Amino acid sequence: MTKATITVNGKPVTAEIEGRTLLVDFLREKAHKTGTHVGCDTSQCGACVVHVNGVAVKSCTMFAAEADGAEVTTIEGMAGADGSLSAIQAAFQEHHGLQCGFCTPGMIMSASALLKENPKPTEAEIRHYLEGNICRCTGYHNIVKAIMAASGQDVTSIAAE
Amino acid sequence: MPKDHGIGASSKRREDVRFLTGTGRYTDDINLQGQAYVHFVRSDVAHGTINSIDTSEAENMPGVVRIFTGADFAAVGSIPCGWQVTDRFGEAMQEPAHPVLAQGKVRHVGDPIAAVVAETKEQARDAAEAIVVDIDELPAVVNMKEALADGAPKVHDDLKSNLCYDWGFVEDNKAAVDEAIKNAAHVTTLELVNNRLVANPMEPRVAVGDYGFANDESTLYTTSQNPHVIRLLMGAFVLNIPEHKLRVVAPDVGGGFGTKIFHYAEEAFVTFASRALRRPVKWTSTRSEAFMSDAHGRDHVTKIELALDADNNFTAVRTETYANMGAYLSTFAPSVPTWLHGTLMAGNYKTPLIYVNVKAVFTNTVPVDAYRGAGRPEATFQLERVIDKAARELGVDPIALRRQNFISEFPYATPVAVEYDTGDYTATMDKLEEIMDLSGFEARRKESEAKGKWRGLGVNCYIEACGIAPSNLVGQLGARAGLYDAATVRVNATGSISVMVGAHSHGQGHETTFPQVIAEMIGIDESQVDIVHGDTSKIPFGMGTYGSRSLAVCGSAMVRAAEKVINKAKKIAAHLLEASEADIELKDGKFSVAGTDKECAWGDVTLAAYVPHNYPLEDIEPGLEETAFYDPANFTYPSGAYACEVEVDPDTGKVTIEKFAAADDFGNVVNPMIVEGQVHGGIAQGIGQAMLEGAVYDAEGQLLSASYMDYAMPRADDLPFYIVDHSCATPCTHNPLGVKGCGEAGAIGSPPAVVNAVIDALASGGKNVPHIDMPLTPHRVWKAMNA
Amino acid sequence: MYAFDVTRPKTVDEAVAALSQEDAQALGGGQTLIPTLKQRLASPSALVSLTGIEDMKGVCQDGDTLVIGGGTTHGTVASEGGAYPALAALASNIGDPAVRNRGTIGGSLANNDPSACYPSAALASNATIVTNSREIAADDYFQGLFTTALDEGEIITSVRFPIPQAANYQKFVQPASRFALVGVFVSKHADGVRVAVTGASEDGVFRWSDAEDALSGNFSPDAVDGLTASADGLMTDLHGDAEYRAHLIKVLTKRAVAACQ
Repeated sequence: MTKATITVNGKPVTAEIEGRTLLVDFLREKAHKTGTHVGCDTSQCGACVVHVNGVAVKSCTMFAAEADGAEVTTIEGMAGADGSLSAIQAAFQEHHGLQCGFCTPGMIMSASALLKENPKPTEAEIRHYLEGNICRCTGYHNIVKAIMAASGQDVTSIAAE
Repeated sequence: MPKDHGIGASSKRREDVRFLTGTGRYTDDINLQGQAYVHFVRSDVAHGTINSIDTSEAENMPGVVRIFTGADFAAVGSIPCGWQVTDRFGEAMQEPAHPVLAQGKVRHVGDPIAAVVAETKEQARDAAEAIVVDIDELPAVVNMKEALADGAPKVHDDLKSNLCYDWGFVEDNKAAVDEAIKNAAHVTTLELVNNRLVANPMEPRVAVGDYGFANDESTLYTTSQNPHVIRLLMGAFVLNIPEHKLRVVAPDVGGGFGTKIFHYAEEAFVTFASRALRRPVKWTSTRSEAFMSDAHGRDHVTKIELALDADNNFTAVRTETYANMGAYLSTFAPSVPTWLHGTLMAGNYKTPLIYVNVKAVFTNTVPVDAYRGAGRPEATFQLERVIDKAARELGVDPIALRRQNFISEFPYATPVAVEYDTGDYTATMDKLEEIMDLSGFEARRKESEAKGKWRGLGVNCYIEACGIAPSNLVGQLGARAGLYDAATVRVNATGSISVMVGAHSHGQGHETTFPQVIAEMIGIDESQVDIVHGDTSKIPFGMGTYGSRSLAVCGSAMVRAAEKVINKAKKIAAHLLEASEADIELKDGKFSVAGTDKECAWGDVTLAAYVPHNYPLEDIEPGLEETAFYDPANFTYPSGAYACEVEVDPDTGKVTIEKFAAADDFGNVVNPMIVEGQVHGGIAQGIGQAMLEGAVYDAEGQLLSASYMDYAMPRADDLPFYIVDHSCATPCTHNPLGVKGCGEAGAIGSPPAVVNAVIDALASGGKNVPHIDMPLTPHRVWKAMNA
Repeated sequence: MYAFDVTRPKTVDEAVAALSQEDAQALGGGQTLIPTLKQRLASPSALVSLTGIEDMKGVCQDGDTLVIGGGTTHGTVASEGGAYPALAALASNIGDPAVRNRGTIGGSLANNDPSACYPSAALASNATIVTNSREIAADDYFQGLFTTALDEGEIITSVRFPIPQAANYQKFVQPASRFALVGVFVSKHADGVRVAVTGASEDGVFRWSDAEDALSGNFSPDAVDGLTASADGLMTDLHGDAEYRAHLIKVLTKRAVAACQ
């Protein structure tokens, strides 16, 4: 056991960890941020995506020890301090970009990373960027649409609202 | 103008806020004081006899609380099957025992043998590895036809064979069907596989057992689509816990798609172990574990024959299907290839004679049960594929052939025992041609050719039976439960309303849509109404959510309960307004007296009900709360027409979906946004089945597609935007909302469209390939076009 | 996962020292190793994380050579490897964005997964694998499935890619894992054309010498027409048999050459 301190959504959290403690376990069990989910064990589904020092990573495929001293942003850190939804979160609600909600935290974290890199992505760029985020409910239609809308693009011509 | 509230409005989902901010509460988010963790030792062979289980080393490992084996469950009940099918000869199906932990034998890779309860997850797993299980491996049966051969190894030694049942439907039609096929002008025959799938909701299953010693109460938190069904099956049949001592809670659930309907061994285990240990016990499935322990779906092998007369009218359909049950009978498994499949073989067509034969087979594989659509995708796929093949053989337009044979008068009694109440198949096909811009197809095909790609168009129809189901009917068919649902409408003193519903929302948006209905009925704001679901201690009763039944069945119960509330409220209003009850009208949240300007508000009446100072206490009770149970009179019959355009890369066989459209008839629609979202998701799963997904076992019963490394889940870049329409609505005639259900349509309607399109594309490239089995991977398509 | 310690050295020397402990193993970005550990298919006593070694990160051009630190992520190669566009494009299609933010070139080459992308680039480019103790030519480095010339405890500190006159990588994805079902990297240098194939062979990445000979004489897609890639020794699995993989090798080679024109 060693101690690690990770700043989670601006607040430092110090806890005992093992070498094998994953970042996602630290977040869920030590920092009690259960919005970050685990949907697979092969690093593919993306339900666990968080930002480490501003960069999107799969928190199930990184050790907590490697994040010692890092700044981590989770889904719980995405809304405003007053609880107001960010533009991406609001677009997901507006365009029905989620159903069961389980993949949603990872989707939001990936989408926000995408828009940081590419403020007006095309449909194809969005679909390619989401390669590491699996959703079983929505068929991705409204997720792609929501991300386009969040980037300020007109989505009224996209089939069916 | 689209409505902005009530029935028909695309109200934004209120549940989204918690999911978007990471504040949902899924089962794995529940951690109880003193909780221990279980890790299951699972069989790594498909079939074998357990000689011994040595736990001595494991018991002394750090953190181990207790190790359980089959011996601990010898006196515990078998996991029950909820449906008994009667075979062609009037005999009950063969029904094997299904132990919580293996008793003497293992029957599939993943079959649980022992369970370690320890202080941490990793300690439980460390100790599990130290358990030595000595198994004599036996030959496995994986292929269904081989499993039925004489001398095949038996999955269950105490059964006569690996045949669960040999079902014929309608048996009395058989001779006439045989005769019609013999005398037909043309018979098209198709042999096909409906590929085995893994449902893969993104949230793996989790179960937490908690036992309160002082009052002898057990609570199970579980990832379930139907907590009351779990309470019934586990309490009454497995652990012998009476209902009032067993609470089942299904909190936020991350998708189900059928595979979270069923009662699983792990749920019984954590409940049992928490009682034995007097501390909470938690199990969280990994995805790898899910692949070998969640019930799989589909897995049919079918031969279908379609007979036509000289004018291309369908005269008969005959099918023979082998349906994989896996190693044990999961909760609804026997009903899927029979009553949810055979009864749909008329499809949208007036075929007068139909005979369906289904042989359900035990194999050394994970149990197979309902997955989104459950039986209806299998029926639709074979029928719509054989019609396409017939059109190709006869040189006629596949759409015209369908139109010619459409059922056009309703109600329509099919030769397979169901009566469609409403539908308009010509209208949905017309709509499909419009939204898909079918007239532009040839131009698009030329554009594809210019890029060196072969473009194909596939079209099909579907019909499904939803709103499951009339209890007296399903009782005759072998169901061991009623399939009604229930709701309590609790009006609070200030007029706000809590509705306790038996349906369970795990993505469907009930928390938004159900209040839309109540708000419409009373004329109050949707925000005044909340839904309570997923907890047997809070809701009256309920059979849960599957089979596109929530609104059609539970929603109807809610309407009935609300009607009772309104009737009582009118009595109170009549008293307050000093008028006759018959003259009271409720509109926009106000009670008024017909023909006068006298009125009082909804809140005045509800307050009077709870503060009954001025109240007709001699006639009615205080309070305003009503419960209704609703048992549907018939199934509902959503239908539609789907189209898909694909491009095939002739060099590699790679298929891309270029355009997809769905024209559905769901009857009335409460929330169009949510309905369309359901269709999108269903289409993605259908395209997944057609193009990507397949659970594959090798001859020894090892699951080859055992993770996302080999089981291809549809991703964003595999799929297009979909064009969907539900404007061709023929409301259901027998439920109060006129709704039919929309949850499964996409998964039912889309696979044949994709395959029909690929066959068409290959034909345009000069490759006359009659059929390719799903999934249409590049490898399979390339093999087929180069055969 | 079995229990192990994680150490985070700051220098190559510290890492080499840490790796000298028994059963210690290097941890790059962990994008392959961590899933393997979860399946309990490896049981190191300690993992030596290389991600804290700043000297092993970054992309720079040294004359006609692109030098990439062993600890450089795929994402960084994609964004900063523009001097070798085919290599940057390859990096931009490994895994997914989150994987690319962690996975490293050194980790990928040290693992030598038979379906990974980078080995084909290294082999086709005639790259040099630079370790803490020596330089290894790509032709000597790849020694079969998950097998390389690296000694125990040896760390890839950088990889030197000669920048070719033209190059292209064609990846045909396995639909589930999104690894290469077959990937072909074609690289044209002053002294000839090299063609490296990943995803296909039971022995890992290999050079298709017939195509190299044909393309060195005539660098056009037609040059491949008369050739047939042999299916001998190619993998057969759920997603494609040896014959299909052999076919794809030819198709992708032609496409890569066409893309170079």
